[in-house]
Amino acid sequence: MPTVKMKVNGKPVTAEVEARTLLVQFLRENLRLTGTHVGCDTSQCGACVVHVNGKSVKACSMLAVMAEGCEVTTIEGLATGNTLHPMQQAFMDNHGLQCGFCTPGMVMTALDIVNRNGNELDEATVRKELEGNICRCTGYHNIVKSVRAGAKAMGSKP
Amino acid sequence: MYDFNYHKPGSVDDAIKALRKASDGKFVAGGMTMLPTMKHRLASPSDVIDLGGIKELLGITVKGDTITIGAMTTHAAVAASKDVQRLLPALAKLAGNIGDPAVRNRGTIGGSIANNDPAADYPAAVIALGATINTSKGEIDGDEFFTGMFETALAEDELIISVSFTKPKAAAYMKFENPASRYAIVGVFLAKTNDGVRIGITGATPCAHRGMRLEEALNKEFSTAAVDKVIMPVDKMNADIHASAEYRAHLVKVMTQRAVEACK
Repeated sequence: MPTVKMKVNGKPVTAEVEARTLLVQFLRENLRLTGTHVGCDTSQCGACVVHVNGKSVKACSMLAVMAEGCEVTTIEGLATGNTLHPMQQAFMDNHGLQCGFCTPGMVMTALDIVNRNGNELDEATVRKELEGNICRCTGYHNIVKSVRAGAKAMGSKP
Repeated sequence: MYDFNYHKPGSVDDAIKALRKASDGKFVAGGMTMLPTMKHRLASPSDVIDLGGIKELLGITVKGDTITIGAMTTHAAVAASKDVQRLLPALAKLAGNIGDPAVRNRGTIGGSIANNDPAADYPAAVIALGATINTSKGEIDGDEFFTGMFETALAEDELIISVSFTKPKAAAYMKFENPASRYAIVGVFLAKTNDGVRIGITGATPCAHRGMRLEEALNKEFSTAAVDKVIMPVDKMNADIHASAEYRAHLVKVMTQRAVEACK
């Protein structure tokens, strides 16, 4: 079996995995980081979005071995101790979730949106950028609100 | 998916060697189509050769009016490239509307073209712009590259190195997209070139192709009215849950008209 080495949320990890192991399986089953969810398993829904070398990817459509030598960030890597990341806090403050299943992917995608588009986001931009993340509860309204508020909060972080 | 032997070569030569050695090997680029296909067990290669470690397949270079894009360049990188935006804004826009942001961070131009999905965006641009596909064996003309549904002129052990486009006088890509997948229900790429108007159509039929009737009409008179008069054959059009053959034939003309407007 191939050996894979990567950094997950800042920590180096090494493991022997079957080549067919998906990155999301590796995160959830080997590392027990179950915050990254599997929704559709066909790269449509975005529940499995993580960052690989700072870019959003669907972890259900990437092999763990493809992330060899990469830096992976999951939802578990965002908070500092008990202090939520401003984007997580924004989802809480704006009630940007109902069942919560899509939320980890939404938050990771939101951070990617901020990285590429800055802290002042209009509604149309956020809606277009969220096209790869599906939520079946909220109707997106409060998610869009949360992303915009989170983006702003990240900009004003001391 | 079934398990396989995984290879990550560092050069084109090593990649081809690995493929030749395998009993049923497959190259994988970004994996955005390949991995879902393997999950569905529609493909079960004995060996997967990951092209992600080959530096010579990366990057965008400009020489005069020609822009060459490495096969492993992601859609996100093409969309964000200042060179592509300057020389071929229609291609940058096309790349920026494939799938969704996470898909664009993994999916590549080489993978898209080699796969030749009937609803993929890039084939329309390759055809309309008369691009050249640079491969490990030589050059393939964009007009001759797409040979059938999911089929190309590539040999089994041939690898796309890069794709070269020449700057047109004007170009536009208009896509009527599936709102869920963002695949083209119909996509029309129109380019005004030194050889006249060229049109690449994707999504409408089992394989992307040139819109000869539309080209003929537009070369006589470059107007939306000229497109109106063209009779689109319905019998070759795809028909599925998303759009009937008649509707697709209609959309080809509407998308062409929008492209004409954008190129005026």
